[in-house]
Amino acid sequence: MVGEVVIERERCKGCHLCLAFCPRHLLEADARLNQKGYQPVLFLQIEDEDRGCTGCAMCALVCPEVAIEVYRAQ
Amino acid sequence: MPSEKMLMRGSHVVGEAAVRAGCRYYFGYPITPQNELPEYMSSRLLDVGGSFIQAESEVAAINMVLGASAAGGRAMTSSSSPGVSLKQEGISYMAGMELPAVVANMMRGGPGLGNIAPSAADYFQATRGGGHGDYRTPVLAPAGCQELAELTFLAFDLADKYRNPVILLGDGLMGQVMEPVVFPDPVDPKSLPKKDWILDGCEGRPPRAIYSMFLGQQGELYQHNLHLQEKYDKITAQEQRWDTYQVDDAELIVVAYGTASRIAETAVDDLRAEGLAVGLFRPVTLWPYPKQALRDLAKEGRKVAVFELSLGQMIEDVVLSVGRRTEIYFHGVPGGLIPTPAEVTEFLRSVLKSDGKVGQRVEL
Amino acid sequence: MNQAAYKKIFSRPESLKDNPTHYCPGCGHSIAHRLVAECLDELGMRCRTIGVPPVGCAVLAYNYFNFDMVEAPHGRALAVATGIKRVHPDKLVLTYQGDGDLAAIGTAETIHAANRGEKITTIFINNAIYGMTGGQMAPTTTIGLEATTTPGGRDPDRDGRPIDISRMLAVAEGAVYIERCALTSVKGIRRAKKAIGKAFRAQLDRLGFSLIELLSPCPTNWKLSPKASWQWVNEEMVKTYPLGVIKDTTGYEDKK
Repeated sequence: MVGEVVIERERCKGCHLCLAFCPRHLLEADARLNQKGYQPVLFLQIEDEDRGCTGCAMCALVCPEVAIEVYRAQ
Repeated sequence: MPSEKMLMRGSHVVGEAAVRAGCRYYFGYPITPQNELPEYMSSRLLDVGGSFIQAESEVAAINMVLGASAAGGRAMTSSSSPGVSLKQEGISYMAGMELPAVVANMMRGGPGLGNIAPSAADYFQATRGGGHGDYRTPVLAPAGCQELAELTFLAFDLADKYRNPVILLGDGLMGQVMEPVVFPDPVDPKSLPKKDWILDGCEGRPPRAIYSMFLGQQGELYQHNLHLQEKYDKITAQEQRWDTYQVDDAELIVVAYGTASRIAETAVDDLRAEGLAVGLFRPVTLWPYPKQALRDLAKEGRKVAVFELSLGQMIEDVVLSVGRRTEIYFHGVPGGLIPTPAEVTEFLRSVLKSDGKVGQRVEL
Repeated sequence: MNQAAYKKIFSRPESLKDNPTHYCPGCGHSIAHRLVAECLDELGMRCRTIGVPPVGCAVLAYNYFNFDMVEAPHGRALAVATGIKRVHPDKLVLTYQGDGDLAAIGTAETIHAANRGEKITTIFINNAIYGMTGGQMAPTTTIGLEATTTPGGRDPDRDGRPIDISRMLAVAEGAVYIERCALTSVKGIRRAKKAIGKAFRAQLDRLGFSLIELLSPCPTNWKLSPKASWQWVNEEMVKTYPLGVIKDTTGYEDKK
């Protein structure tokens, strides 16, 4: 996996824009609500390089809450 | 050291005094009868490396003062009655944000566009807080060019000391006449005490925010208002200023401020020459009003006669000060007319005789 | 995860405080805040910046921006900023304003700051509606958009037409750089960040007044989902407010 995304669950407001923008569809809405009553987003870890996170950071770029941190393999 | 004696026009006196008091930022808009002040500042500030902007409106000007003050500068604006009406929002904000500022109002006839003659009908606007909310601004009422100079210095000092806007209340006559003036010692703005709340970039410290909004549900705005009231109580206790003239044996005290007090003083002299015992009480701070000093003078047998260049505004503060201790009379001339001392002597004579011919008794 | 092998490539900029915002889900404000903060970090200007927030949804911006800020009465931000810049000509002074603040009540202050060529940068958030007060018409509300004060949708005869303040300001010689971007796509966000950085540079080079208009989604008052509101900006709003450089006399070359 080239990239990894960490989402701050309690900061997420469930706007789900990151979901719409992830080119590999690795984000999904959590059925469990966070403390504010939003449906936060979960990151799917897939080890396969062809299907896993590339660290493109588009999710973080569009996240209005700066709730996403992105890591990329060196 | 103080300056030599100069002959100077009132509007220019304010400008010169402001610069000598360390003011380096003036923002204003032309309006008669104080245009000479922004004109003076536009060139005088160049001498001292200050900044002058002829703003697009009195609204813009007061907000430029707000910004310059938040940034730590000694800033002022000036206008006349209708323009000062426009500034009320900005003054309220600065009071809430606890920002120093000096606002000079060279009053003219109103209401509305009125005329350009001197009047003194902005007492309520100045002392009752023309803007919204519970706030006060010290109001200084000079009675001539020398006091314009001294009170301009005081205005900047009070503004900084209490972090509050201060109003300098002159009028069109005072702004236009030329009188001899000696200016107090000049102040170098760099020598002023450092302010630890100003915005100058958060290098080496946490960022600061200056605001007047307190939305919290825990009574934050209530507390803030109580804090402001504490400040106003302190100002009331420490900053009252007034002058008396021939009051010791007076049977009648005329109460007047500003230009009205100059006319009243001449009337007092004229009546004294006839052997009548009259005196003058002249408030210099209209807020805080020198209530106790006036209260001490008002006693059974000594009448109080209020003379204003308006339909009656300061009269309310006189009533609050004096109450039922003695008889209170009022005579006012609104609309920019300046009466001669003769009109005032007729009023005072009428009060002494209680014949009701000029002015009226204020019933409580 | 073995963090030693990974490098963090995206996180909160230092010029943004670590406070959760009160903005609605999908609102453009938080993105705009982040872009401003990233640019200030990259310029190293956080400690030499003074900002003026609006009266509007971003009235509490001082809880989010990590630099000196002073509140302004509604619409007066550019007059307040002018006063600040006179006292601190060496600092970066910015205003962050909404459509009512900048183009309704503050129109005079906006035009004259641009006209004087004040070395100030304005971040103009255009969401075509009044957010904080609950969805009334803004001067930028588009024809047909239903606001609470435009029953049936904005009607040109009854309510006038949407205002294009950015193009009006371009007439002022003192305005040197004006660009309109949209915060509603990856490309848009990247372009917006470049534009903001360029505007700050124009200020620091003392060229004149700069303004970046950011078309910003307001899901709550447009009554659309976040995703639909972003689509509405990209497909509809840009018809009234086309994106692109409206004025550029900086002489800077655009790095693609």
